[in-house]
Amino acid sequence: MEECAIADKAFDLIIIGGGPAGLTAGIYAARARLSVLLIEKGLCGGQIAATEKIENYPGFTEPLGGGELTSHMEAQAKEFGLNIKTFAQVESVSERDGSFLVKTGDETFSALTLIVATGATPARLGVPGESEFTGRGVSYCATCDGAFFRDKDVIVVGGGNAAVEEALFLTRFAKKVSIIHRRDEFRADKILVERAAKDERIEFLLGYELASIEGDGKVERVRIKSNKDEGEKIIPAEGVFMYVGTHPNSSFLTNIIKLDERGYIITQEDLGTSRRGIFAAGDVRRNGAKQVVIAAGEGALAAISAQRYLSELAEE
Amino acid sequence: MAQGSVVYLNKENFEAEVIKASGPVLVDFWAAWCGPCRTIAPILEELASEYSSRLKVCKLNVDENQETAASYEIMSIPTLILFKDGAVEKRLVGAMPKKSLVEALSDWLR
Repeated sequence: MEECAIADKAFDLIIIGGGPAGLTAGIYAARARLSVLLIEKGLCGGQIAATEKIENYPGFTEPLGGGELTSHMEAQAKEFGLNIKTFAQVESVSERDGSFLVKTGDETFSALTLIVATGATPARLGVPGESEFTGRGVSYCATCDGAFFRDKDVIVVGGGNAAVEEALFLTRFAKKVSIIHRRDEFRADKILVERAAKDERIEFLLGYELASIEGDGKVERVRIKSNKDEGEKIIPAEGVFMYVGTHPNSSFLTNIIKLDERGYIITQEDLGTSRRGIFAAGDVRRNGAKQVVIAAGEGALAAISAQRYLSELAEE
Repeated sequence: MAQGSVVYLNKENFEAEVIKASGPVLVDFWAAWCGPCRTIAPILEELASEYSSRLKVCKLNVDENQETAASYEIMSIPTLILFKDGAVEKRLVGAMPKKSLVEALSDWLR
């Protein structure tokens, strides 16, 4: 019975999520000699593991592969004694008798404090054709699917770093890459925008919104609408890569901590949440900057705050 | 085939292992460069062993078998296709937790 669930294993700290924030929290907590378990729904790495290369992580003059960086983090954390449980999806978190129960599909773990570092998932735009053509030309992962669009025309939707970086990556395969962005300016780093502007295979369609994705059985064209005059254009393309932001992985937390209207976790300066003893780090947090170095920094801060909380508990 | 293990497909054995097979066959279209493919690989191995009496699980490397992948219009990986009696019954795209996958395939796992 649910009510009588007994924790299989008790830890000082449980970290939920194995991206840069969770792994860094794990490095710090393991070095502090806490008993700590990291629970990851798939394999460690997080969103960045699907990124071709990272140029802005300090300390590396040669660009690193996204998965390469996080596998180093994971190895480093394990070196210090972090327990990692992969392929375990956390379904709920509850509090009982001063400790937190973390329930996965088939096990329950308990800890005195928690760090939530579950990150975010690429968002869907919700335009007609998007769901229908997912896997038939619509993709959320250029590094996975770019090679299927050799010598074809593709569209990238979005204006942040991910959109421009992946557009540059796609020029290796595609004949032409059109970036559709609803604003007149990119939010992406200038250096990336300059690089894209110089690439003759990349075309900018600024001030346009994606209206629909169309085709017969697979993507053949997209319809875009100008934000200025409502004018429509049809762009032939076989691939549509979506980089229109992300959605926080926080639905299992609605009953236990305060989320904002979009589902991001609201935190204080020490990364504490609305419930004492639960901390949050990385992209699942409101106002996160969606940068690996910041996620890692927040993981470290959350681990330090969790450690401080444990000492307070010991004094009480 | 060894009971409960994943069968590796190529152009030569696709017909015999998938199209002519009796019972449901799940084919994972994957490639080595794809992160989400690595994520679901162990889940598929678990399915193969847990449901060995009901489901045959196969993998097709899209890099090495471009023609076969193209004939099923694979444009995202991982794509999982459930075949029964040679016909495509279900198509799933992207990595997902084991629980969701089992739910999505529940009609063929019973």
